[in-house]
Amino acid sequence: MMHFLRNLGARALGALHDIGQLTVLLFRILVSIPRLDVQELWRNFYKVGVKSFPIVFVTAILTGAIMVIQSGQLVAQYDAFGLLGWGAGYATLREIGPILIGLMFSGRVGANNTAELGTMKITEQVDALRALAINPIPYLLAPRFIAIISMMFLLTLIGNMMAILGGALTAQLLLEVDYRLFFWSISEYLVLGDLWNGLVKAFFFGVAIAIVSCHYGYATSGGAVGVGRAVNSSVVVSAISIFVLNFSIGALTL
Amino acid sequence: MIRFENVTKFYGETPVLDDVTLNIERGNQVGLLGPGGAGKSLLVKIACGLVSPDLGTVTVNERDLGSLGPVELAEHRFQIGMLFQNYALFDYMTVGENIAFPLRQEGKLDELEIRNRVEDLLHKVDLPGIERNFPNELSGGMKKRVTFARAVVRNPDLLFYDDPTAGLDPVTSSKIFNLLEKVREDKNKTSIVITHDVLGVRDICDRFIVMDRGRILFRGDRQAIEDCDIKLVRQFWEGSSDG
Repeated sequence: MMHFLRNLGARALGALHDIGQLTVLLFRILVSIPRLDVQELWRNFYKVGVKSFPIVFVTAILTGAIMVIQSGQLVAQYDAFGLLGWGAGYATLREIGPILIGLMFSGRVGANNTAELGTMKITEQVDALRALAINPIPYLLAPRFIAIISMMFLLTLIGNMMAILGGALTAQLLLEVDYRLFFWSISEYLVLGDLWNGLVKAFFFGVAIAIVSCHYGYATSGGAVGVGRAVNSSVVVSAISIFVLNFSIGALTL
Repeated sequence: MIRFENVTKFYGETPVLDDVTLNIERGNQVGLLGPGGAGKSLLVKIACGLVSPDLGTVTVNERDLGSLGPVELAEHRFQIGMLFQNYALFDYMTVGENIAFPLRQEGKLDELEIRNRVEDLLHKVDLPGIERNFPNELSGGMKKRVTFARAVVRNPDLLFYDDPTAGLDPVTSSKIFNLLEKVREDKNKTSIVITHDVLGVRDICDRFIVMDRGRILFRGDRQAIEDCDIKLVRQFWEGSSDG
């Protein structure tokens, strides 16, 4: 029993320690934003945004399609095909779109960011930057932080459109619901607040993925095993943060 | 030029540098020898301002590193060139970008001057025309020479070489030591060479320091180290397990 309690206490202290470090790092990054390296920022926009586009495209199209297939059964029961666009769109814009894109982003961009920073740390590239009188926070972390947040927001917006397109195509091809009825349902019943709700979530998911992946990458130690451990922690903590934030924002906007 | 006074550094409860007091004069090239884990790399990182000591003071050019703010510390690092043991070349940059990087960040030279200086340095390290290659396309010896070029590109007063010939064949090692010898000819430059390659470093250093378990075991010139009767120092100098 004592052993269990000791372990529990140690884990709780470890989690609090991590939260403290994340907060300090977030503050240091925010303060350094005016001095960030613009060339690095563009490189990260390309790496994070352009290279993530295909995976977001596929995820979003399929998400829209799945939402239509799932809600289609219910809609068919009540012959309420005029609500199909609203049902699929509402769930996609407010919940499923940001969450799935966030999880894909955390797996692709967050893990990559942690692995890259972690490798730079253990191969002394971060020390080399400091030895060259370059502060790694505005040079390495701030551009990644900004790129991840802005691309998460932008790709969620694009992903939402793709998901609706995927939904409309599926509705037309599989359920024989006219795409004009699908889009009419969306424009009639969905409000701008539904879109904004999802985008606000995407912004906070982006903040969580960015700060978590930067923190675990920048704090890496212990060689290749350390990099593996950092990537694992980064993906797990990002995913948990996404669900906690989703719940919190959902509860606050009830 | 560089003065360590009672410098101590702990990792956990273990002192990895234990009350080190040391003076390195301007214009000297110093060979820093000793077994792995003796604290050699840590000592150099402290002089570079990358690590702070737990106790003691480090003075470089009459400036106490412990009292420097971020801006002064950056100014201090501008005077330093460091060659890292694991190359520490930036993977996502080409060779040319790696060498030019310190100059571009400094922002004092125009692009043409930077390109000329990079080209000139690549000729000096006997690697002309590889500006567009990435570090992962190079051999270990080539990477060391590129790292050397990056370390000296700003023409710093202080140079730290952390095991510049580790894992290299004798021919490549000899090329690296020739480059270090050329730097030594400039009497305004002070450098520390951490190495296990005693044969290679014998003729290119003015003074030698031998460390063991965080302490200075020996300091002196070539004659003194040849006459030294401390067992570990003799073992290192003669490359033999007999003392």
